[in-house]
Amino acid sequence: MTWSSISQILAVLVILVAISKPLGAFMAAVFEGESTFLSRPFRPIEHLIYRVCGVDPELQQNWTAYSASVLSFGLLNFLFFYVLLRWQNFLPLNPQGFPTLQPDLAFNTAVSFLTNTSWQSYAGESTLSYLSQMLGITVQSFTSAAAGMAAAMALIRGFARQGTDRLGNFWVDLTRATLYVLLPISLLGALFLCSQGVIQNLRPYWQLTTVEGARQTVAFGPVASQEPIKLMSSDGGGFFNANSSHPFENPTPLTNLVEMLLILAIPAAFPFTFGVITNHRRHGWTLFAAMALLFSLGSMITAWSEQSGNPALQVVSSNVSGGNMEGKETRFGIAASAVFSVVSTASSDGAVNSAHDSYTPWSTLVQMFNLKSGEVIFGGTGSGIMSMILIVMITIFIAGLMVGRSPEYLGKKIEGKEIKMVMLAFVVTAAATLLFSSLPFLVKLAPGSYWNPGGALTSNLGNPGAHGLSEILYANGSAVATNGSAMAGLNANTPWFNLTLGLGMLIGRFLMIIPALAIAGSLARKRRMSATIGTMPTDGVVFLVVLLGTIFLVTALTFFPAFCLGPIAEAYQIK
Amino acid sequence: MLVLTVLTGLIYPLAVTGLCQVLFHDKANGSLITVNDQVVGSALIGQNFSKARYFQPRPSAAGNDGYDGTASGGSNLGPTNQKLIDRVKASVEKFHKENPSYAGPLPADLVTMSGSGLDPHISPASAEAQLDRVAKARRLSRDQIRSLVEAHTEGRDLGFLGEPRVNVLLLNLDLDRQFPAKR
Repeated sequence: MTWSSISQILAVLVILVAISKPLGAFMAAVFEGESTFLSRPFRPIEHLIYRVCGVDPELQQNWTAYSASVLSFGLLNFLFFYVLLRWQNFLPLNPQGFPTLQPDLAFNTAVSFLTNTSWQSYAGESTLSYLSQMLGITVQSFTSAAAGMAAAMALIRGFARQGTDRLGNFWVDLTRATLYVLLPISLLGALFLCSQGVIQNLRPYWQLTTVEGARQTVAFGPVASQEPIKLMSSDGGGFFNANSSHPFENPTPLTNLVEMLLILAIPAAFPFTFGVITNHRRHGWTLFAAMALLFSLGSMITAWSEQSGNPALQVVSSNVSGGNMEGKETRFGIAASAVFSVVSTASSDGAVNSAHDSYTPWSTLVQMFNLKSGEVIFGGTGSGIMSMILIVMITIFIAGLMVGRSPEYLGKKIEGKEIKMVMLAFVVTAAATLLFSSLPFLVKLAPGSYWNPGGALTSNLGNPGAHGLSEILYANGSAVATNGSAMAGLNANTPWFNLTLGLGMLIGRFLMIIPALAIAGSLARKRRMSATIGTMPTDGVVFLVVLLGTIFLVTALTFFPAFCLGPIAEAYQIK
Repeated sequence: MLVLTVLTGLIYPLAVTGLCQVLFHDKANGSLITVNDQVVGSALIGQNFSKARYFQPRPSAAGNDGYDGTASGGSNLGPTNQKLIDRVKASVEKFHKENPSYAGPLPADLVTMSGSGLDPHISPASAEAQLDRVAKARRLSRDQIRSLVEAHTEGRDLGFLGEPRVNVLLLNLDLDRQFPAKR
């Protein structure tokens, strides 16, 4: 473990602690309607939006109404984006003249962005017009992030309120999230990134002649406006195919650090928001600590594994030194790439600054673990804290069973109904990942079929053997976790994968949010119990250890056989 | 929903475009580099160099010939993939053939493909490994070339972020400017 790796991991953590606590408190104030430093300029805009859309900001919804709003909003977004993609050849701002997208790709892409995944079966700079990028990708990043934040707030309010079934107003939460949090940070982020070299223009691609006389086309576009929201929203859908490894999206190590912080900022702030609103600040700190520990552990393992290099290459030429640089950028090197990959897979963002398909097996194991842990290691914008709360409920439930007491969380009794919802979320999503991963090996398709023109689905793998299995496990894990990163050797742009991954994303997103909202609804109705001597503390070292243990157990038990066949097998093959 | 679309999809990106074009004009437009009024490349996007008198960049998986600005991407080859091992072996042999006088350890970045395929940099060790060949092709001393390499070596950002790196295009352009090739 070099000093370079340790210092970069530390830098991320230290800065994260410094910004997430104030950001968490700010978010709490915004969502509860209190005045903040942005209130004076933005309140009039906020109320103008309510008037134009016919939203009554005083109206509070119960969990079914809130869920219905989430779903209908999602459906609207899907339809709008689908039509935009299918008609992009007729619409303006298409200087390269890209054609319409195939229906299965348009379906997958629209689902992908509405579920805050941004799985991209396509290469941005050769498929999407500028209008599709701006009006589609950028907008969806904002809206899906805001929707996630709104749902998280509803769950948090379920704990904070008592004796009511009102959880807030989805449309108000949505507007506040966008106006007060996402837009201001994006604007500042965009200006900073552009100052470092990220491009922002609407010109057609530039044709030039290189020094040695060859032709080179340089792709352009409105990248700097899309980049910060791509990261902050935990969407992660890059402008270019190479995502944040592309010099026009991530030109310097400094932008790299800022991009990692943008990805983690809101997810890391949410534990503090949770703590502030429920008045259990120490619990917020404990959740943050659990996330930070798992993140550091994952980063260190990945950095160590990549720095050790690829043993298979040592056989070829014992002279090659410098770690596993395949798929990584020179300006980032081993450490900054490794840490970014952990940030990306832990946070359900899915932006990449290196090729995940080319990582060594132990790193792949860490990345897969992050994906399949339910995205609780900071997790997504809103979805992270929701998943974490669900896992805490499992933890408390198990602990309650062990000591023979009825489980309660922040004064609210956890009963069978709530646990059933939690299990629904976890079991269905895990089952979806495993089922969709195994299907390609069971289903027989002939060459030339609509579902997969290449024939057998295993022919879409970019790499043979255990690594190929890892590609499929990773893809489905990424879709269900709404992450969106990929081991890009897998050719996923065929109707089969576009459909199954699209379904995985819908399941992973809505079968986590809807059960969580149901839990919020039933919790909000309960009266808060005061703490007694028998109450299990939800802060402190003991709880932290039990929580970490539960996260490991739930993930490892479910996926251990899969991990064995994929990355672990490869790790032993490579020796 | 329509309101949010207009706000975030049109007003915001167009506002950012306007501001960036005014405040950071060159960067917003791709950090393009011109020589004698001709655009020859971007400071951020790598390009192919194969002649002996130029420093060569990393291998690239972008497009069929490498460094295709419209086809960014990496090789996506896993560490146990025989294709990767064979390719690296071939790169190592090619390097030794072109740089016979270099006997030290080969820096990993020189024989591996980058994630974007458009990486404009190589490590300082990779530049050092090519020094002899470039010096011989231009009939100059190693020290003359080395001082130019050092002038184009960027250190870690803020002292600890990322890695030190050399921009191949800028270095080669400077080489041509200061030491024009003798015909």
